[in-house]
Amino acid sequence: MFKRILLAGVAATLMASSASSETLKFAFQGALKSLDPYTLNETFTLGTLGNVYEGLVRRGPDLDIQPALATSWEVVEPTRWRFHLRKGVKFHNGNDFTADDVVFSATRVRSDGSDLLTRIGKDVKVVKVDDHTVDFVLTGVNPILHFEWATWAIMDKEWTEANNATKVSDASSKEENHAAFNANGTGPFTIQSHDVGIKTVFQKNDAWWDTPQHNLDTVEFTPVGSDATRVAALLSGDLDMVYPVPVQDLKRVDNNADTRALTGPELRTIFLGMDQIRDELIYSNIKGKNPFKDLRVRQAVYHAINIEAIKEKVMRGLSTPSALMISPKLFSESDGFERLAYDVDKAKGLMADAGYGDGFEVGMDCPNDRYVNDEAICQAVASMLAKVGIKINLNAQPKSKYFAKVLKSGGYDTSFYLLGWTPGSLDSWNVLSNLHGCRDLEGNGAPFNLGGSCSKDIDALSAKILGENDQDVRNALIKEAYTISTNEVHYVPLHQQGLAWGVNNNIELKQRADNVFMFYYVNKK
Amino acid sequence: MTVSSNDLSPVTQSAVARFLDSDIVYSFKQSKVTIVAAIVTLLMMCGAFFAPWITAQNPFDLATLDLMESLMPPVWMEGGEARFPLGTDGQGRDIFSVILYGSRLSLMVGFSSIILAGAVGISLGILAGYVGGRTDAIIMRIADVQLTFPSILIALLIDGTVHSLFPQLIREDSAFWVLVLSIGMSFWVQYARTVRGSTLVERNKEYVQAARVIGVSTFTIMVRHILPNVLGPVLVITTINLALAIILEATLSFLGVGIPPTQPSLGTLIRIGNDFLFSGEWWITFFPGAALATLALSVNLLGDWLRDALNPKLR
Amino acid sequence: MITFVLHRLWQAIVVMAVVALLAFTMFRFVGDPVNQMVGIETTPEQREIIRESLGLNDAVIVQFWSFIKGAVQFEFGISYQWKKSVSDMIFSRLPATMELSLVSAVFSLIIAIPMGVYTGLNRNSVLSKFFLSISLIGVSLPTFLIGILLIYLFAVQLHMLPSFGRGEIVDVGGWTTGFLTVSGWKSLILPAFTLGLFQMTLIMRLVRSEMLEVLRTDYIKFARARGLPSRIVNFGHALKNTLIPVITITGLQLGSLIAFAIITETVFQWPGMGFLFVEAVRDVDIPIMSAYLLLIAFLFVTINLVVDILYFVVDPRLRVSGKE
Repeated sequence: MFKRILLAGVAATLMASSASSETLKFAFQGALKSLDPYTLNETFTLGTLGNVYEGLVRRGPDLDIQPALATSWEVVEPTRWRFHLRKGVKFHNGNDFTADDVVFSATRVRSDGSDLLTRIGKDVKVVKVDDHTVDFVLTGVNPILHFEWATWAIMDKEWTEANNATKVSDASSKEENHAAFNANGTGPFTIQSHDVGIKTVFQKNDAWWDTPQHNLDTVEFTPVGSDATRVAALLSGDLDMVYPVPVQDLKRVDNNADTRALTGPELRTIFLGMDQIRDELIYSNIKGKNPFKDLRVRQAVYHAINIEAIKEKVMRGLSTPSALMISPKLFSESDGFERLAYDVDKAKGLMADAGYGDGFEVGMDCPNDRYVNDEAICQAVASMLAKVGIKINLNAQPKSKYFAKVLKSGGYDTSFYLLGWTPGSLDSWNVLSNLHGCRDLEGNGAPFNLGGSCSKDIDALSAKILGENDQDVRNALIKEAYTISTNEVHYVPLHQQGLAWGVNNNIELKQRADNVFMFYYVNKK
Repeated sequence: MTVSSNDLSPVTQSAVARFLDSDIVYSFKQSKVTIVAAIVTLLMMCGAFFAPWITAQNPFDLATLDLMESLMPPVWMEGGEARFPLGTDGQGRDIFSVILYGSRLSLMVGFSSIILAGAVGISLGILAGYVGGRTDAIIMRIADVQLTFPSILIALLIDGTVHSLFPQLIREDSAFWVLVLSIGMSFWVQYARTVRGSTLVERNKEYVQAARVIGVSTFTIMVRHILPNVLGPVLVITTINLALAIILEATLSFLGVGIPPTQPSLGTLIRIGNDFLFSGEWWITFFPGAALATLALSVNLLGDWLRDALNPKLR
Repeated sequence: MITFVLHRLWQAIVVMAVVALLAFTMFRFVGDPVNQMVGIETTPEQREIIRESLGLNDAVIVQFWSFIKGAVQFEFGISYQWKKSVSDMIFSRLPATMELSLVSAVFSLIIAIPMGVYTGLNRNSVLSKFFLSISLIGVSLPTFLIGILLIYLFAVQLHMLPSFGRGEIVDVGGWTTGFLTVSGWKSLILPAFTLGLFQMTLIMRLVRSEMLEVLRTDYIKFARARGLPSRIVNFGHALKNTLIPVITITGLQLGSLIAFAIITETVFQWPGMGFLFVEAVRDVDIPIMSAYLLLIAFLFVTINLVVDILYFVVDPRLRVSGKE
């Protein structure tokens, strides 16, 4: 018995050492919570699963839309899109990829429990034309139908059904869902083992339909939550790649002989939101009225923010101050907008005009493990607002508790908050419809407009934008909507945070602006 | 028993004289380490207590912070300024001031939780020991259950429970009391057990039985006769638990369930400073860490000495 | 004998029942379990269906009974955050915590006993005082600070030891072990030292005070008077007598070690139960919290019970009083 154990150990050691030559080891701050590609609409989960599962389209290194499981598509009628599927593609278990899988995936992604309901509208009909052709029949024109489809993974109908996983692994299930712990995609990597919260091992898929650009055999992913530990592991050579690197450690990573820091502007916009819908703030000493309903107070908040100080001291230069609620990379006419200037005296004046010369208190909600230095930004904002008389009671919490409180599920339980947003479609309509649309107190309307600001004009514009095919007209409409939101100070945009990856010098890779790490661009020396 | 001549002099005076002449004071004077520890402890407590009068800045008042003054090194390094002798942190707080204010918070949490633990533990201990029977059994079973869990676990559980039960509480207001409750409730058992043991011994002594015979009420006996006699071990426990409480507070704050960063305690400061360890701003974590270690070490040394001094067997 | 064992067993069961009640109360009443599970889009009607399907609308006593039935089989349902069976998750992380605790217990014994003996024998030597002061530093520096410093020194500056995790692990019949690989052992050093430091201080001081007590006993004095060499007296007689309480305390402390591993595991990202628990506390993952609570309680109660019974077997005096 003992001998066998010993042998097993020796064998395992040998295997481990022989495989390590082409193994990429990387860490992220959070865990891969589910392997079901429809359970969680979150950049890291979907991005990482993008190495295993594929969509009809994919995004290239510069986020351009490329054909993937669909070789080409055309709009046969204004409301009918035809997708031609790639032939000869096999799932990891050997099953053929056909139109049935696309129809099945379209149903599953829109079923109860899916977190990706926005990928295809409920009213869209998905029709199989033949084994390798699928039609999408819409109820209205939609030029950006496929913009979010790079993260709509196509699943194998037979495999999912055989494993009783047709239902998306969701909250209420009492039993483990097979699809949450196993994967069967078409992508360049398969899942070799998945030890939840500890380690996930990916293995090269030799049967992949595309030519691999990478030279990896295995990829090991470990979640490392502590910033210091993550950086230490990169510096000591235990890991080949980590992200995000805390901005203050970028210099250290760069100065270290074996590692380098990769930075660039990210697409996510960080902003402050204010409750503008309730008649009285939940967390404030002002009773009977809501100071944030007064435009002057919102302007005062904006003028009080010294965004350059936040950039230099908190973000160490790795942020792009933003006048808009979307990255300038995603909206070509951003140049026309400017931030309200940092001006403490003006802010004090506005406060006095609004009748709050003596200031007021308000509670602020902030995540402390979601965005780059989120808690530090909130603290800085709190001390800046203190100078114009707004006393902040900061409530910084882990993201799980924070989101449970401020989102619709928590009843929008917040008066003042910090949030970040990346439009999944990389398009302004997503920003307008999710963050700017009107909603009622129950949350019917724009679900992520936590502060509940409302402008009927923006709602009308946003409906027009969705159906507009002409790019210039569309841009003009978007600009008009952003102008209203900026003048009304519906939000106080802060900045686009930076990408911060730490990489060992023996690794070549491509850094995508949406912070998705694709293994198939990685070459290890 | 001989009657000494100063029995007639005022009680207090003789008590002071006897105290100064006692073995405790002698052993204190003998131990240089203890004297140093006592001085350091006293200095740190004074510093914490008088923080508002000593420091140039109130780091808990957000309006006094300037982000542009953040991350400055200590005064003896290049770029340091005399206004900030130990440098500033990521929000522009003066490290020296924030250490004093932070120690104040740490000590307040420590003392409050020890008082809570002591009050609960001593009363239950005396009650269990003196009344005995079913009361004793119930109290000691509860103590057993609680003893099943280490303090850190209990504190984490209480914190988690309170915050899930009352998510509406804004952390800044509640964090302090949640910590005191968490730490206090994880320490009471030790008091209860020790006091119960001493009470069992005292209960059967003649003077207590005499008092009972002449009709002194149970409550009076417990407070006036038994309590003073169990205070020796209680003092030792208190000193050692104070150090433990300060460290536990730091640990909880480090795990992110303690004091929020706008009014940092020493533990929170270390947690924040930990993020700056690799980037070269070592002073943000080093000085608070050193302050915490010094404080805990001094208190521990005092407790150590007290234990030996009060334990006749080791003399 | 049998009455004594039965009595202790009964007490243990009562303790476990109380802890189970606590765990259940937490499970049932802390936060709204449904709220923790569902996403943003869930309507009140859907929530009601989930409540019904989870049995949250049954009478509390019925719920408690089914909780107990599950707990006896260590069945706590699905983790809110991971959607995976809680018992599977805990058991897959059990080996990591056990190995860490075991190694640090052994390590602290090896260092602490000689130090304790030395300081006990040479009460007033400078080295003794130095040991005592050093050991106090061990309990005065918070564990997390020691861990961070060690990582900084040995992993980042010196590149000698890994900074996190368990290294290469080998699966032996469902038990994952780091004992069979070099990297596994290297990964163990820093966390085990960090975790063991507190125990080391405790054991060293215990050995010292036990030695001091034993050396005062008549029987040692007689042994010396008989002219036995001090080496035999000190180690043959004195140390042997101190070892029983030391072993007992170490055994009892094993439970503490497992629980205090929470901090060490967090600092070193050690994939054990404590780390899982801290994450569960942050995410309000009640099933994991209550399962961990019950498991720790079970470990403690078992260890206590075994120690009690062993004492009973070893110490004849207890046997007499046990019959009363």
